[in-house]
Amino acid sequence: MPSRTPSRAGFFALAFALLALFGASPARAADDDSVRTILAQLRDADFDGKTEMIEKLVALDHPRIATILKALSDSRLYYQEEGDRVVIGLGDAADIAIEDAVSGAALGQVGKRDLDRITANNRLRSLIEDRLASLGLASADPRQRKAAVEAFLRNPDPAGAERLRARLAVETDSGIKELLWLALALADLASDDATVRAKAATALGGRMETEIRGPLARMAAEDGDPAAKEAARIALARTEFRLQMLGWAETLFFGLSLGSVLILAAIGLAVTFGVMGVINMAHGELMMLGAYTTWLTQQWLPVNWSLPVAVPLAFLVAALVGIAIERGIIRFLYGRPLETLLATFGVSLILQQAVRSIFSPLNRSVATPDWMSGTILLGPLEVTLNRLVILGFCIAVFALLWLALQRTRLGLEVRAVAQNRAMARAMGVRSARVDALTFGLGSGIAGVAGVALSQLTNVGPNLGQSYIVDSFMVVVFGGVGNLWGTMVAGLSLGVANKLLEPWSGAVLAKILVLVFLILFIQKRPRGLFPQRGRAAEV
Amino acid sequence: MTKTMPKFLPWLLGGALTLGAALAHAADTIKVGVLHSLSGTMAISETTLKDTVLMLVDQQNKKGGLLGKKLEAVVVDPASNWPLFAEKARELLQKEKVAVVFGCWTSVSRKSVLPVFEELNGILFYPVQYEGEESSRNVFYTGAAPNQQAIPAVDYLMKDLGVKRWVLAGTDYVYPRTTNKILEAYLKAKGVKDEDILINYTPFGHSDWQSIVADIKKFGSAGKKTAVVSTINGDANVPFYKELGNQGVSAKDIPVVAFSVGEEELSGIDTKPLVGHLAAWNYFMSIKNKANDAFIKDWHAFIKNPKRVTNDPMEAHYIGFNMWVKAVEKAKTTDPDKVIDAMIGIEFPNLTGGVAKMLPNHHLTKPVFIGEIQADGQFDVVWKTKDLVPGDAWSDFLPGSKDIIADWADPKIKCGNYNTVTKTCSGQNYK
Repeated sequence: MPSRTPSRAGFFALAFALLALFGASPARAADDDSVRTILAQLRDADFDGKTEMIEKLVALDHPRIATILKALSDSRLYYQEEGDRVVIGLGDAADIAIEDAVSGAALGQVGKRDLDRITANNRLRSLIEDRLASLGLASADPRQRKAAVEAFLRNPDPAGAERLRARLAVETDSGIKELLWLALALADLASDDATVRAKAATALGGRMETEIRGPLARMAAEDGDPAAKEAARIALARTEFRLQMLGWAETLFFGLSLGSVLILAAIGLAVTFGVMGVINMAHGELMMLGAYTTWLTQQWLPVNWSLPVAVPLAFLVAALVGIAIERGIIRFLYGRPLETLLATFGVSLILQQAVRSIFSPLNRSVATPDWMSGTILLGPLEVTLNRLVILGFCIAVFALLWLALQRTRLGLEVRAVAQNRAMARAMGVRSARVDALTFGLGSGIAGVAGVALSQLTNVGPNLGQSYIVDSFMVVVFGGVGNLWGTMVAGLSLGVANKLLEPWSGAVLAKILVLVFLILFIQKRPRGLFPQRGRAAEV
Repeated sequence: MTKTMPKFLPWLLGGALTLGAALAHAADTIKVGVLHSLSGTMAISETTLKDTVLMLVDQQNKKGGLLGKKLEAVVVDPASNWPLFAEKARELLQKEKVAVVFGCWTSVSRKSVLPVFEELNGILFYPVQYEGEESSRNVFYTGAAPNQQAIPAVDYLMKDLGVKRWVLAGTDYVYPRTTNKILEAYLKAKGVKDEDILINYTPFGHSDWQSIVADIKKFGSAGKKTAVVSTINGDANVPFYKELGNQGVSAKDIPVVAFSVGEEELSGIDTKPLVGHLAAWNYFMSIKNKANDAFIKDWHAFIKNPKRVTNDPMEAHYIGFNMWVKAVEKAKTTDPDKVIDAMIGIEFPNLTGGVAKMLPNHHLTKPVFIGEIQADGQFDVVWKTKDLVPGDAWSDFLPGSKDIIADWADPKIKCGNYNTVTKTCSGQNYK
C-alpha cells in the first residue's frame, strides 16, 4: 500500500497540472499580466499610491493575490533589477531563495543586497490585514472568521456591518457570535439615530476592549444628542470601575512577578550567604553564566526545547564554577568576611571580562519559546505568559531547594555545619566537603536563575551586576539564613515596588524601597526572620 | 626595599617603553586618539565605534597616509566611567600628543571631557545624536541635534499617522530630559493639551517594564491615536521591547519611535514582535547607495564577520574622520587652531546620498530618515526629509535658548553661546 499511494498522488498531481496548463492557462495569463502591471506600479508608488494599488489587487480575482499581499505585509516582496521582476523572498539569511511573485516559480538563491525591498508601513500592513481578513468571513475555518470580525472591530465600516448581520444569522460558534454581536453594537454607535446610539452605548457598558472604549469615550465627549451622550457616559463609568478593579489585580500580579524574579536571584545567595555566611560578590556572574548557557543551548537546539535542557545544564555549569571558586579561593578565607568580599569581587570582574573576551561585549539574543510568548486570560485578567511561567518556575525551584535541605542527607549535613561546625565535625561530618557542596548548590541555583533572567532581560557581560544589589537586599531583609524569609522578603519588596511605581515613578520607587530597608535594618538588624547559626555568631 | 620594588618597577618599565616607542614614532606618524569605552555598560555600543575608527585609519594609511605621514591610532579604555573619560582625554592630549580624538557616547561623558579639550586645545569628534544646547570651539558634533532627529520624527507621527496623544518615555539623565523638554514645548506649541502628554523616566538598565507598558496601554486606549516617543537608552531597550511584544502592544495600535535604538541594539533581540515600530536616524544600513554598499563591504572585511551591522554613529565617525582628513590637507598641518578654522565649510558625501557640510556652529547638515523595524533586524525607510537639515545647536523651542546661536566663523561673534538679543557671548555653558 505505501508504495502505491504516492504514485497515485503523483498521477493526480500530473493530471491536475495538465488540466491547469491547458484548461485554465489562457484565462490566467491575461490575469497574470494585469497583476504584473499593478506590481510594477506598486514598486515605484509612494505609500498613498500603494494603498490604491492594494485595493486594485484585491479587486482582481487571482489565486496569488493573498500570497503577494502577505509577502508585502511581511516585507518579503522584492524587486529584482536583473530580470526586471517582482519576487517573493523565502527565509531570513543574507542569501535567500526567491520565487516569482505572480507565477510562484522558484528562481534560485540570490544575495539580499541585490534585491530592492518593496516597503510597507504600518498603515499598509493594517490595510492588508483587514482586506485579507474580510475575505475570510465566510470561511469554514473559525479562526479565519474570527480574524475577519476582529478586523471589522478595528476598522468598522457601514458596508461591512451588513455582511456581519447576515453572518450572525447563520453563525454557530458561540465565541464568534459574541464577537459579531459586539461588532454590530459598535457599528450602531456610529448610527444616525440617537436612540440606536444610546441603546448600543448602554449595551456596551462594562466592555473592556480598547476598540470599544475609544468610540465610547469619543461619544461621551462630543455626541450632539444629550441622552445618547449621557448613556455613553454611564456606560463608560461602568467600564472605568471594572478597569480600576482590574488595575489593582494587575498591579498585584506585576508585584508578585517582580518578586519571583527577586527570589530567583536571591535564593542561591540565601544558601551561600545565608547558610554559609560567605559574602559572594560573584553571585551575579554565576547567574550570567547560567544565561549564557541558555544562549549556547539555543545555538544547537530548537528554541522550544532549549529551556528544559538549559536548566540542568546551567545548574551544572554554575555549580562547577562555584565549587571551583570555593575550593580555589573562599576556603582559605573563612571567618574573614572583608577579604572574602574583595576576593569574590575580583572573581566577578574576571568572569565578566572572560565572557567579554570569549563571547564579545555585545549582548546575545536569547529567543523566547512559543509556549512562553504572548498573554493568556486568567479570568478577566490578561497575564503575560513568560512572567507566569517564571512565577511557577520560581515556586518549583524554591520547593526543590526546600526539600533538598530538609529531606536529604546533604541537607541535614549542611544544616548541621551551619548550626555548629565543631559539633558537626565531631559527629563525623566532613565539613570541607559539605562547604564545597553547599557553595556548589547555591551557585547552581544562581545558574538556574540565569536561565529565567535570559527570558526577561539582556544576556550580556553586565547581567549579573544589575541583580547583585537586589539579591543582597532581599536576603538581608528576609533574615540571613532563612529560606522562608527570602521568599516573603522577595514577594513583599516586589509588590511594594509595584505599588509605589505608579505614583512615584520607577526611579523614586527604587529609592523609597531602599530607604525603607535601611530604616528597617536599623530597627531589626537581623531581618524579618532572624536565625541562629554560624552566620548569627559572626 | 624589596617590598616596594614590585610596586614601581612595572611603571618604570612601562614608562620607558612608552617613551622609547614615542621617540621611535614621533617623527613619522600622526596620532589619532580613540576614546571609547571597551568595558562596562557602554562597551556594547562603543566597542564598534573603536573598530570603525581603526578601520578608517587603516584605510587612510593604505591610501598613503596624511601629509606624507602614516596615521597611528592610540586606543584608551575609559571603561564607561565618566570621570575616567576626563583623565584618559588628558592622557591622550598631554602624554600621547594626539592630533585629534574620536570618542564619547553618552552626553555625560562628553560633558566630562569638555573642559579638558578646551583647556588643552584639542579636537574632539563626537559621533552620537544628542540633546543640543552646546557648541564648543574644540568639539565637532557629527551626530544629530534635536532638530535633525526628534522634531522631524514627531512631525511624521503627527502628520502621517495622525497621532494625538503622546507618551515621552526616557532614561533618567541629561539627554532624554532635555530632549523631552524640547519635545514637550514643541507639542504644546502645536496645540497638544497637557492631559494628552505622559512623561515617564526610568533608571539606566531598567528591566521590569510590566507596569509602565500597562500604563502606556491604558493611556493609549482613550480613543485617540497614541504613540510613544522613546529616548530609552542602552540595554534597557531590550526588556522594554520584549514586554511590549508580550503584552501585545503592536506597532499598529501604539507605534514606538525610538531615538537610541539602531541596528546594533536590535542585533541583541528577536525582532519579530517589533515589526513596524519606528526609529529616527540620519543613516540606516538598509539604504541602497553605492557608497553605503562599499562601506558595508569594507566593514565586513575589516571585522571579519559578515553578520555585523553598521549604524548611524558609525557613519558619523566616517564623515567626521574624512572631514578631518580634508581639513588637515587644506590647512597643511595638524595644528589644532588651524584645523579648527579649516573644518568649517568642509563638505563630504554622506553614505546615504547628499553632502554633509560642517556648519559654523560645528554641526552638520544631515538627511533625516524614519525607518520601520523589519523581521531581520533592519530598518525600512518609510519617510525622509526632502532636503538636508542643518543642525541647530540651540533649540528654537526652549525659552532659554531661543535667542542663542553658535557661530565660530564670523569674526565678530566667534562664540558658542551668543545671545542675539543682548548681543553678548556667555562663553561655554557647562551646566
